[in-house]
Amino acid sequence: MEISPDAWVLYEWQGLRLNATIVFTWGVMALLVLVSWIITARLSEGETVSRWQVMLEVVVTTIRDQIDEVGAADPARYLPFIGTLFLFIATANLLTILPGYQPPTGSLSTTAALAICVLIAVPLFSITRRGLGGYLKSYLQPSPFMLPFNLISELSRTIALAVRLYGNVMSGTVIVGILISVAPFFFPILMQLLGLLTGLIQAYIFAVLAMVYIASASRAQRKTDPAADTETPRTSREGD
Amino acid sequence: MDPATIIAAISIVTAGLTIAIGSIGPALAEGRAASRALQAVAQQPDASDTITRTLFVSLAMIESTAIYCFVVSMILLFANPFVDATALGGGG
Repeated sequence: MEISPDAWVLYEWQGLRLNATIVFTWGVMALLVLVSWIITARLSEGETVSRWQVMLEVVVTTIRDQIDEVGAADPARYLPFIGTLFLFIATANLLTILPGYQPPTGSLSTTAALAICVLIAVPLFSITRRGLGGYLKSYLQPSPFMLPFNLISELSRTIALAVRLYGNVMSGTVIVGILISVAPFFFPILMQLLGLLTGLIQAYIFAVLAMVYIASASRAQRKTDPAADTETPRTSREGD
Repeated sequence: MDPATIIAAISIVTAGLTIAIGSIGPALAEGRAASRALQAVAQQPDASDTITRTLFVSLAMIESTAIYCFVVSMILLFANPFVDATALGGGG
């Protein structure tokens, strides 16, 4: 049984292999870029607004509200990164309703790449906000003895992020594959419905966790800032 | 029995044990989390948005333990590194 779209080679040319993961990733990227390009090409501020523009506005404002509720100071800074993560994973997971499509998030390569993006984005956002010294100091935060544990948690949460998304999507594919051979018609459809729900929730969780990591890395400065003492942190969820 | 058969048998048994034992903890924990969240929603229906969001995130984080076990058992069943090792380089 195929447990990964990596093994499904669609096209091979002189040793260059194009497997299903890459092709479907390109497909999802092209779909997202095309749809958003077509919609934003004719935005209007007048009284008549096309329904596609309304849909896009709802998506963008919802993501911004969610980022705001997680506790970031200004959502506009994080909106492009977090929003792209969410939209890409959600689209990749939801397109499983198309026959012949294999979600690229069911491959460990894709999810590892996404998790590495988060791993790099956390110090980037933190350094631009607090400076290099402030970021490096956060590794010694409770006491210098915590340095190795901080480093380990940085790595382990990246692995957890990758394996969680991969495991969820891959398990959906595998369960449908097993059920097709056991009880062909009805039950695979139910499990695919469940897979749609799981895929959307996992996309949401990936984006929220990325936002929580970024926010917790760039938040510590606000404690030393006397002006911000009145502002209570809304959430205190940290890494797992 | 030749080594490949022993490795296959042990892998199958271990994969079953992995998913069986590994799903007990997350199952209990998810039940507790969901019941607590339902209590909280019943007491404070106004905060149900926040509670639901936090519940989903925490359920996913609890569930990830079971997912790790599932990934390990899938590796044991379908991508077992030891089977290839015995197939290539003879025994043991």
